[in-house]
Amino acid sequence: MGKLINPRDVYGDTLIELGESNPNIVALDADLSKSTKTCKFCYRFPNRFFNMGIAEANMISVAAGLASCGKIPFVSTFAVFVPGRTYDQIRMSVAYSDMNVKLFSTHAGVSVGKDGVSHQMLEDLALMRVLPNMKIFIPSDPVITKKIVYLMAENKGPMYSRVGREPMEIIYDEKELEDLKIRRMLHIKDGDDLALIACGTMVKNAIEAGKELEKKGISTGIVDAWNLKPFDNHTIDKIAKKVNAILTIEEHSVIGGLGGAVAERLSETGYKGGFIRMGINDMFCESGDPRDLLEKYGLTIKHIVNQAEKMV
Amino acid sequence: MLHEARSGHTGGSLSAVDAIVALYFHHMRHNPGNPRDPDRDRFILSKGHAVPALYATLAECGYFDVGELLTLRKINSRLQGHPANTKTPGIEVSTGSLGQGLSFGIGVALAGKLDGKDYNVYVMVGDGETDEGQIWEAAAAASHYKLDNLTALLDRNRLQIDGFTEDVMALEVASERWRAFGWNVLEVDGHNMREILDVLHKADAHKNQPTMIILHTVKGKGVSFMENRVQYHGVAPTDEEYKKAMKELDELEKKILEKYEKRKE
Repeated sequence: MGKLINPRDVYGDTLIELGESNPNIVALDADLSKSTKTCKFCYRFPNRFFNMGIAEANMISVAAGLASCGKIPFVSTFAVFVPGRTYDQIRMSVAYSDMNVKLFSTHAGVSVGKDGVSHQMLEDLALMRVLPNMKIFIPSDPVITKKIVYLMAENKGPMYSRVGREPMEIIYDEKELEDLKIRRMLHIKDGDDLALIACGTMVKNAIEAGKELEKKGISTGIVDAWNLKPFDNHTIDKIAKKVNAILTIEEHSVIGGLGGAVAERLSETGYKGGFIRMGINDMFCESGDPRDLLEKYGLTIKHIVNQAEKMV
Repeated sequence: MLHEARSGHTGGSLSAVDAIVALYFHHMRHNPGNPRDPDRDRFILSKGHAVPALYATLAECGYFDVGELLTLRKINSRLQGHPANTKTPGIEVSTGSLGQGLSFGIGVALAGKLDGKDYNVYVMVGDGETDEGQIWEAAAAASHYKLDNLTALLDRNRLQIDGFTEDVMALEVASERWRAFGWNVLEVDGHNMREILDVLHKADAHKNQPTMIILHTVKGKGVSFMENRVQYHGVAPTDEEYKKAMKELDELEKKILEKYEKRKE
């Protein structure tokens, strides 16, 4: 296994970098700055950091007010709270008002682990995907995390990004991501038989599953759907023409997230091959060690390989 | 406007309009020719349903043509049923889902402090709106950050959709609640121009605390059969009511002008 880096640390460090060169960068948190790592920005720029207390609804609309004056607010807390608790504030004060607010949430997904269902956000991508004006980015490794934070600061408009609690392995080197463009998924590998389209924490698993499938003689393409919205129809169309089996993998409900988005596109464009959405089925999970949870709820490398083999 | 639209919130627009007029015509620093002037004072209508009062004021100020007012709530109009900043010049943020405008005002006030700007932020909040929990999150945050460039105006017309505020969800003693949250609280007759203007100056001068101005108002103010009547919260006047109301308002205008002329002499 490669070196592990926590994407939350990358987020905090990148905010400082951005803050050094751009005085308009500000950060808000709801009493979780030590977990989200906005505390790093707070230590460096105490005047540009606003702890809003355990009051997420207020925090979202305050960020919108700051944005209306030219500030670039990065708003962070756990994904269960933003967007989980604040859908209407995001809808009205941010998305409909088209404010330049950057929502960067942490502790998304079931791999939050022991805190249990109250802290395991598996619906955020669905919630944010239905909002007009919203853009969604899901980092799959520490390198792209940094790139995404830059991209959020440098492009205007409402944006949402989510990372998990756990450290991540490095997938990319910085050079590979120099041309990273919104609405372009990342083609990690081409394949003729099967395509694995994954996002976030599941990209690494998809890559490893792909290696095993290749050993078994199955030519497997890997795509990192780091940019869920605006959705990259072009890449999906290309894949659909090439392979006869498509598998989406995400640490999110199978409803409304990456799997939902790909299913919508495939069904509207006449794709005739096999298609399966892997994710958390329509259910609440439970407390446990992250690895045990991913094992029990079917999101390991082995699960991906087994599912893929059944399809080709 | 509301009669033409055949829908809208009559009562709460009439209770709010005097304070809005006072702000735009006699108090705030703003420029209809440059609605996005970074140094402008901001007015945020958190009780978004009273937007007809704000549209009428913005039009009279010159933000857009007065004739456009009759397009309110109609297809292809810039004048949405509730405020929309992406459509209408002079609107700061989209509201209409209650409880969010005060928080937005905090963001604007914080930005003003960060940038060393001397603008003031005025947020009008409905009395029923203070049922919303977010209002109290905002109340705590504004005093925590000592936002003396922020003034809230509470349109205390004592009615919400389902009845009297004290019957639906009691909010008295409102002044004590806001004081307990660390605000400077002032109270005035929300239909007395001189009182409103005096209190706005006091609010601006107050340091280290945000100010809450409780405007004691009358829902449906100026139209006898609408005053204090809950059924005029969310409906437009019928043809007959419109004629009666306009007659009363025209007479009121005449009286005011006569009084004004006399004073000039």
